[in-house]
Amino acid sequence: MQFLTTVLLDGLVYASYLFIVSLGLTITFGVMKILNVAHGSFYAWGAYLASIAIIYLGENEYNSMFYYFSIFMAAIVAGLFFGFIIERFILRKMYGEDIHLIVLATFGIFWILEDLILIVFGADPLMPYYPAMELGGLEIAGVYQGVYSLTLSGLAVVVAFICWYFLKKTKWGKLLQSVIFDREVSVSMGINVTNVYLITFIIGGMLGALGGAYVAPTISISPGFAIDVVVMSFAVVVIGGMGSVPGALIGSLMVGMIRAFAVHQAPVLELFIIYAVMAIVLIIKPQGLFAPPKPRKI
Amino acid sequence: MFKGILKDQSVQTSIGVIFILLIFGSFILPEWMSNNFMYGMSRGLAVLGLMILWRTNLVSFGHALYYGFGAYAVALCQKFFGVTDIFLRLLIAVAAAGLLGFALGFILRKYREIFFAMLSLAFSMVLYGLLAKAEFLGSTDGMSISPSTFFGTELGRIALFNFIGLVVILAIIFAQAYLRSSLGHLTTAIQDNEIRVEYLGYSVEKAIHIKYVISACLAGGAGGLMAASLGQVDPDSMVLWSVSGELVFVTIMSGLGNILAPFIGAVIFEFIRTYAFEWAPQAWQMIIGGTLLAIIFFSPGGLWSLFQKLNFLRKKNNE
Repeated sequence: MQFLTTVLLDGLVYASYLFIVSLGLTITFGVMKILNVAHGSFYAWGAYLASIAIIYLGENEYNSMFYYFSIFMAAIVAGLFFGFIIERFILRKMYGEDIHLIVLATFGIFWILEDLILIVFGADPLMPYYPAMELGGLEIAGVYQGVYSLTLSGLAVVVAFICWYFLKKTKWGKLLQSVIFDREVSVSMGINVTNVYLITFIIGGMLGALGGAYVAPTISISPGFAIDVVVMSFAVVVIGGMGSVPGALIGSLMVGMIRAFAVHQAPVLELFIIYAVMAIVLIIKPQGLFAPPKPRKI
Repeated sequence: MFKGILKDQSVQTSIGVIFILLIFGSFILPEWMSNNFMYGMSRGLAVLGLMILWRTNLVSFGHALYYGFGAYAVALCQKFFGVTDIFLRLLIAVAAAGLLGFALGFILRKYREIFFAMLSLAFSMVLYGLLAKAEFLGSTDGMSISPSTFFGTELGRIALFNFIGLVVILAIIFAQAYLRSSLGHLTTAIQDNEIRVEYLGYSVEKAIHIKYVISACLAGGAGGLMAASLGQVDPDSMVLWSVSGELVFVTIMSGLGNILAPFIGAVIFEFIRTYAFEWAPQAWQMIIGGTLLAIIFFSPGGLWSLFQKLNFLRKKNNE
């Protein structure tokens, strides 16, 4: 029983943060058909900016509400700044090119941003543990769990809800769906697709950065730590279906639970089993488990 | 298939270039330079494999699978059977990667575009997941490899360098023969229109499968040679997805135009990396990433297309 609770809690926390990160990735792919390797850089930048702010606030003993404010600010700043530069000056010139070339270009951007971190923040690991320490922990069914990690799940639920509401209930969401369906027709209907792309990419980047910024207080942050997150969120997106929001949710829950189970039961298989699931899903259902149906165009 | 292959112009050029390189590398160049040529030529084999795949518009973002598999096959055979002979090592690496490629090819030959890329990425990460956690394989520290031997006598660095050069020449001859054969010519046809190829009576899947196995063998050989020349294998620098990305990058940098291009590209990459690391140890990845973006933007045909442009200009001036 205790084992089960541990796995469930661990899996839930891990899934929540994976969901936030891969939601950004899947939205970018769904709208722009770009597989963004540089998504990991958003994650890393969000985490670094947030840690710097939190460490500064924590050392000067500011009010703890500022922690959360700085986390969201870090995500917004990282997403806005890099999202704008990357989309406006690099990706915009590449639409219509071979999809592999675009992946490679984002890979190049990933390399550049990785080293930019090293130059700006140095190589020493950062540990912005203040918010997590402040909230302490509590016991659930005999298992000790940090409260801060649990708020991460709350954040994931909120993000999922906002995303659903935005896509299904607002005018902007409808515009987005029409762009996903057919870019050219949308242009002829008077939708400013160039702007839609820019905003989508920025929002995707912000989500990636938010994942990094919010998880920062629970981990130690050092250069190169984003490299695992890239493929992990790729796995989530591929399992759920590229471009599908419910797919990202299910995919991250699956990966989170499987990983938590493996970590506690057979640590040797931790990485292997995630990618094995990814491969199996690709073999059985290449479009992913929840890929949006492809409309046939005449 | 091999008829008249030695009269092929690009094979002749390649052999000439590599012979000159071997002579220079053995007698004149300083050690760090010939080391770079050695690593470049070994990696070039894997890039050649990727180039052969790319000609059908299949881009594998998981070719480090075969690269690492070949390297680990060499390491394991040394650990359990004490194999250090360089010929055996190469043979083992190529055979192991080829077998793995043959098995996975049955699945992968049905995939195209981004799904092909993703599935190969998944396969390579499966291997990474196993190797990074397996204690008896040294987990992330990897394993060290003793110097290669040749019928019992230990091979020096220069001898290994020459051996790799000869392997590269053989690989070039073989690859060019393959590309010139009717099977190889299917490459472009499949890229243009798969259904037409099927109607002409060829099996597209079979053609892709063969191509995939050849490409896997080349990558495996590259891994084996790299393991032998570095004296070390580890998952982070041989199997991780960023290694696959690097290989794809070198492919796009070299261009798909010529059989020699992958080796030139790989050697240039090796030098860029060495110099970037020397000048700016904190920013060498940035330099490589910037190079990648610059090539994608300004010379999408790779470095080889620059050569061609130069040739074209020279001809124009002569007229």
